[in-house]
Amino acid sequence: MTKGRLVGLEGSFAVAEAVRMANVDVISAYPITPQTHIVERLAELIANGELDAEFICVESEHSAMSACVGASAAGARVFTCSASQGLELMHEVLYIPSSMRLPVVAVTANRALSAPLSVWCDHSDAMAIRDIGWIQIFAENNQQAFDLTVCAYRIAEDKKVLFPAMIHIDGFYLSHVVESMILPDEEEVAHFIPDYVHPFVLDPENPVSMGCFGPPFIYPEAKKAQEVDLENTKPKIQETWNEFGEIFGRHYLPVETYKMDDASSALLTMGSSGETAMLAVDEMREEGKAVGLIRLRLWRPFPFKEFREAVKDVELLVVLDRAISFGMGGPVCSEVKSALYDKRKDLNIVGYIGGLGGRDITVEGFKYMINRALAYPEKEEEFEIIGVRE
Amino acid sequence: MEKYSLFVPRLITTEENFAPGHRACVGCGEALAVRHVCKALRKNVIIVNATGCIEIFSSLLPLTSWRVPWIHTLFENVGAVVSGIESAYKARIRKGKIQDRGVKFVGFAGDGGTSDIGLQALSGAMERGHNFLYCCFDNEAYMNTGIQRSSSTPYGAWTTTAPFGKESIGQMTWKKNMPEIVVAHRIPYVATACPSYPFDLMDKVKKGIEVEGPAYLHILSPCPTGWQYPPNLTIKMGLLAVETGMFPLYEVIDGEYRLSFDFPKLKPVQEYMKEQRRFRHLTEDIIEKIQEKVDEEYLKLMEKVR
Repeated sequence: MTKGRLVGLEGSFAVAEAVRMANVDVISAYPITPQTHIVERLAELIANGELDAEFICVESEHSAMSACVGASAAGARVFTCSASQGLELMHEVLYIPSSMRLPVVAVTANRALSAPLSVWCDHSDAMAIRDIGWIQIFAENNQQAFDLTVCAYRIAEDKKVLFPAMIHIDGFYLSHVVESMILPDEEEVAHFIPDYVHPFVLDPENPVSMGCFGPPFIYPEAKKAQEVDLENTKPKIQETWNEFGEIFGRHYLPVETYKMDDASSALLTMGSSGETAMLAVDEMREEGKAVGLIRLRLWRPFPFKEFREAVKDVELLVVLDRAISFGMGGPVCSEVKSALYDKRKDLNIVGYIGGLGGRDITVEGFKYMINRALAYPEKEEEFEIIGVRE
Repeated sequence: MEKYSLFVPRLITTEENFAPGHRACVGCGEALAVRHVCKALRKNVIIVNATGCIEIFSSLLPLTSWRVPWIHTLFENVGAVVSGIESAYKARIRKGKIQDRGVKFVGFAGDGGTSDIGLQALSGAMERGHNFLYCCFDNEAYMNTGIQRSSSTPYGAWTTTAPFGKESIGQMTWKKNMPEIVVAHRIPYVATACPSYPFDLMDKVKKGIEVEGPAYLHILSPCPTGWQYPPNLTIKMGLLAVETGMFPLYEVIDGEYRLSFDFPKLKPVQEYMKEQRRFRHLTEDIIEKIQEKVDEEYLKLMEKVR
């Protein structure tokens, strides 16, 4: 019951289409590769009268997020997108909408961080903002980039949620690649994400003070409420995805699995490399190896329950990180280990770091990781950085 | 001024949208200026506040001094936040989601939040032409964090990060001319003001919010704590700053300069500086140097006025 029309769209255009159909009021963004095609397309849509929104061409990413915060506080539906250094420049501001409960929706075209300068994909920028209190969701292809952006508005603006949401798409792999995808009917999308009304907006008819000064007697209560509420968004996220699935025929889960039913070893990926990993799993299955794949879609709030359920029967978990937490290893692997520490002490977790700064990860690469982990179960080192010339 | 004093106060609203009971220091010139600004703004306004003294002394949870919608987020982004709010209203009015009730948008920041860390966001907002008024409350240093120097601190003044000593006279640089930087953005309205001249200040606020496009008001806000003078002298400090030419009051309307108060003869800067302990270490030759600079700058301004 997949509805809509089949089109060929670049990931950036898919995101722009979602934003257009969401009928946003304010867009505020600063150009940075590989996010530029999104803002260019949105500017074009506005110039052609296909989207009625204010586009604030700000002078920095810090101001891009600040303007989104202001617009959202005034009751507008907003959008911004960035990557890499831009996301880092925004970093200070990112904590504001999550703490002030403003449903800003943003897309990040994941990209490496300087130095040396790299415009290509990895997850260093995404991992650097793990603690900002946003809902963070990873897309694997252009269809998902569209679907998850649409869902992000519905989730973020729900009165029981009111948190900002970020959709992560891999820079170039998604942002600049044309794929076939289903573009649903505009009216159905509009119906799925109707206009929303924030309970507290900046309005002289009903004055409120926002962003006040919090002394020690109130700050911990405010932070606990934020954490509890973010945790409590999980059912709403799933509910929204379920409803989306019923209407549009594509279903999403916080933790997606592939050929995991009888798997004794599992790969764990985030983002676009999941599709390459599927090919590796297929080939290894043909070789008679009981390998499966886990793709982490919901990164924050972390889906502990679903993740533990996904790995409950495996003996080996191979985690691919596309970022380094310097002095510590792969951030995803570290978090996965901590999520399983008191539940699955017997599980062998092997961490690899790869695909940094746009270095491709191939099917062979994934097979290497699994085969090596299977061959040397007792590894001396904490993790291995793969595909690097020595 | 005298001839107005009988009548003008009756024209000023008794409405206090910046409520009493805030936690500013005794004799705070900034709190007084905020009160005057709010009287002129009235109720149909949204205020965006930078981190700094005002935010700290007016919004300590669970209390607030604001009877109008007010938002604080960060130190350096007032220009950007106000841009977002103005754009949200613009878009939502155009799309028929809300009615146009003529809401005004105003940014508040100190001299650090304006001329240092917030300069970029402010410049961007002015360049893009958003319809808002920006008020810089200039107390000439980072007073909230404990009197550290800013680019708006006057030459020779003592601060905790530009102390005087064997190798230093205190601030070694001349005060950044923020209003001139704003004038260079070719916005329709720029003015300087001081709470010691309350009617002039309120008049400029009204002009600033009525004008279409960005407007900027630079308000000298004497600070007894940072400038180190007795708190009962706040009004006098503001008067002397203007009467000595240290802080002339003027407007720039569509590029045309207009002096708000002209004095046949300026008082010597010494009269302004001698009351403030932040200048007490200065020797006569330094004061002479400051006098020369003030005279020179005043002449430049007079040329623009003509």
